[in-house]
Amino acid sequence: MADPMRIRAQASGVNATVRILMAHEMESGQRKDAGGKFIPAWYIQEVTVTHNGQPVLTAEWGPGMSKNPYLQFVIKGARAGDKIGVRWKDSHGDTRSDEATVA
Amino acid sequence: MPSRRQASLHTAVVWGLLASTGLLPRFALALGKEAFEAKSLQEALETLGAGALTESSEVTLSVPESAENGALVPVAVSTTAPGAKRLLILVEKNPVPLIAVFNLSESVEPALSTRVKMAQSSAVYGVAITADGQTLYSRKEVRVTVGSCDI
Repeated sequence: MADPMRIRAQASGVNATVRILMAHEMESGQRKDAGGKFIPAWYIQEVTVTHNGQPVLTAEWGPGMSKNPYLQFVIKGARAGDKIGVRWKDSHGDTRSDEATVA
Repeated sequence: MPSRRQASLHTAVVWGLLASTGLLPRFALALGKEAFEAKSLQEALETLGAGALTESSEVTLSVPESAENGALVPVAVSTTAPGAKRLLILVEKNPVPLIAVFNLSESVEPALSTRVKMAQSSAVYGVAITADGQTLYSRKEVRVTVGSCDI
C-alpha cells in the first residue's frame, strides 16, 4: 500500500483551494539501473477528486508528471467542513484513496 | 470506418450525454490512453480529438524561463475561455509529450498548478479544449540546465 497523500483544503470566501501531494515514484520507463537495463515504467495514470462524494475533477497522467506529484486547484462552493476525496490508480493497478476536510 | 474528425465529433456527443448521467468521470478516464503513447505533440492532440490549434491569450501558462532541475518544473495553466472542458499540459521534446489531461467540471475553476518532468530544454504547451470544440493554446520555452535523459 502506498503512503498516504497529503491533502490541504483551505476555504476562502465561497471557494476552497485544494493542494494535494501524492507519494509515488512515478518511474518514467526511461531510466536505467546500474546494470544498464531500463527500469519499467510505473506511474499514476488516473486521478479523481470528489467534493462531498461528487466528482469535480478527473485527470489522466502520463509518465511526465514529477515524482511525488503535486496538484493545486480551486473548488467552487466548497465550505469549511466539506469533504474532499482524492483517489488515484497507477499503471500497476494499485489504488489509494484519501480524504480531507475543508478548513 | 469513421474518420478521425467524425470520431471526435462522436466523442463530443457521447461526452455530453455522459455528463448528464453523472457517468462522466469513469468514461473520461478511458479516453486518453492512446494519447499518452503518442511520440509527437501533433499526434497526441489528434488522438485526443482536439481540433485546429489556435494560439490564444485566453490561455495563461506560467513556467519558469529556466529550470535547474528538469525532474521538477513547476507549471500552472489556466483559461478564461468560456466552457473549458479540458486542460492539457504538453512538453514538446519529452519522450512522451503529453504530460496530463485534466477533465474539468463546472465545480472547479479552470486553473491548475502542478510539477512536470522535462528531459531537455523545450517548449511547453498549455492547452484548453472548450465544450464547442475549440482548442486554444499558449506556448512558452523553458531552458533546462540539468536536463537528463533519465528522469
